Amino acid sequence: MKKSKNYIPALTGITALLLFVVLLENISSIIPGLPSVFDPTSPLFTVLKKAAVYSLVAVSMNLLNGFTGLFSLGQAGFMLLGAYTYAILTVPAAQKDQVYYLFGGCAFDFSIVDMFEGIFGSGGAGGAFSMILGVLIALILAGCVAGFFAFLIGFPVLRLKSDYLAIATLGFAEILRAIFQWQKLGPITNGANMIKGFPTFSSFNITDASGNVIVRLSTFVPFLITSLCILLIVLLIHSSYGRAFMAIRDDEVAAEAMGVALFRHKTLSFVISSFFAGVGGALFAMYVANAQAKAFTSTMTYEILLIVVIGGIGSVSGSVLATFLYVACSEWWLRFLDSELYFGNFKVPLLRNGFRMVVFSVVIMIIVLFFSQGIMGNREISFKAFRKGKNKQ
Amino acid sequence: MNEVLEITNLKVKYGGIEAVRGISFDVKQGEIVTLIGANGAGKSSTLRTISGLVKPQSGSIVFEGEDITGKNPTQIVSKGLMMVPEGRHIFPNLTVLENLKIGAYLRKDDLDEDIEMVYSYFPRLKERSWQAGGTLSGGEQQMLAVGRALMGRPKLLMMDEPSLGLAPIVVQGIFEIIQQIHEVGTTVLLIEQNANMALHVADRAYVIENGKISMQGTGKELLENEKVRDAYLGARG
Repeated sequence: MKKSKNYIPALTGITALLLFVVLLENISSIIPGLPSVFDPTSPLFTVLKKAAVYSLVAVSMNLLNGFTGLFSLGQAGFMLLGAYTYAILTVPAAQKDQVYYLFGGCAFDFSIVDMFEGIFGSGGAGGAFSMILGVLIALILAGCVAGFFAFLIGFPVLRLKSDYLAIATLGFAEILRAIFQWQKLGPITNGANMIKGFPTFSSFNITDASGNVIVRLSTFVPFLITSLCILLIVLLIHSSYGRAFMAIRDDEVAAEAMGVALFRHKTLSFVISSFFAGVGGALFAMYVANAQAKAFTSTMTYEILLIVVIGGIGSVSGSVLATFLYVACSEWWLRFLDSELYFGNFKVPLLRNGFRMVVFSVVIMIIVLFFSQGIMGNREISFKAFRKGKNKQ
Repeated sequence: MNEVLEITNLKVKYGGIEAVRGISFDVKQGEIVTLIGANGAGKSSTLRTISGLVKPQSGSIVFEGEDITGKNPTQIVSKGLMMVPEGRHIFPNLTVLENLKIGAYLRKDDLDEDIEMVYSYFPRLKERSWQAGGTLSGGEQQMLAVGRALMGRPKLLMMDEPSLGLAPIVVQGIFEIIQQIHEVGTTVLLIEQNANMALHVADRAYVIENGKISMQGTGKELLENEKVRDAYLGARG
């Protein structure tokens, strides 16, 4: 009873956020003449979508690295598994020949969305319902495949500690990437080519008969899925399992002496984290509208690790906050550093293509050197904290 | 009185070194039994083996009539054998309350009563229930470690050097609590280097030397024993 009361403000907050997102992406069509930032094509929405996807992956990484103390670098690998599972399961059968033209069609002639369309009809509300249901199930399956692989490699890998675990998981991710680009697997993975044609975020926009968008939901959808997933992770962290994870992180010996089964809990955390990384990978595929092994490099894992560190290892809200800041900076706010700038005849020195990354690296070094706790440390933003803060004033 | 714990000819090896070389002893219902001995005598190895953290080479461990030799810690804890590890090993980033809850991890019933009980033993912990374990003082951390083990409702509570690195006055307090816990019916197996304190609270005691038991008797007997006085109590006349 006590617990459910505590979640009411959080749920209200999430609902309000989701409503705000819907409003934000439709505001330019409701009120004409707003600044171009609110246009559907503005970088604002690219940033919001990408950050929503990344924050799920960052939180899933934090669950493993920050809360269970397992330093794993396999996140991109599990995202890749999720992305491919989602893509292969949802490309409509009619498009498969076109997508897999190099391999003479796909060996896997099945699409979840088609299956539901067979039941509910492909037009109008039936079609929309089929797509939503199909995408949802494909997302869950994407997570399951990633989780299953985590379970398999967990047996050998989770016996390793700290850096060794990191190297092993990193290697696993790299091997996966190579396998998925293998020409022999072409009829399933489309080799080194991208898979496309599956439902993306913009498929969720509500259109009229002639294809014009009436209500935009393409930013709302990733926000909704991410919030649900993060909510589940937070519930897990606050359960007795979460406490056991943190006990393992703090002191393995003591946790074992208290009866916490180390290996089982480590596996559990690894599988759950990978599940959500898989869902995140599928969302990433929806965001970029293609699935391609080339995208899921170790650089992507580092990017996410960086976000986790900036946000604070062991803080969910820190990870989310850091993701939005990081993505906004890299995709939008610091873009100007990449283009040459003139004031009259004066050319601002240093600004040129690639300079953004230099500034970025410096900022990261400063954070790691002087703010090693990250933005939040291991604290959380909560309504309770706000209330306490108010009482103090 | 019936035996709660019975150890027969227990041998433990680390790498090639035999740390415990055939120890036999028993703990009866409602007793405080202490193992005393110098550094490296094999006391801690014995305890770690009983709690399942280390696998024995040979010998048997019987708890309440059931052979638990070689079982894993989870199974052993679920039978009601809790350990207070050497050097406290509290969870530094978890709050005091969370630390206590981990102690009851394998229990599925309501914990409120037990939390109140631990707080009544250690009112200091109640004051600090929202503080991170790592911010407590050494004595408070030891209280937390004992309280955490009590949360598992142990039938046998094993303590590894609870006096380690604590000021004498704090040690006194910890031992008073051990006696209180004992008075409400918990059986205690205590391992100590502070032989003086340990022998004063113990019903029976064993002296371990080089991985073997060299002497045994009631706490009082050993306190008056010449050899024990020389080796472990210091020349106090």
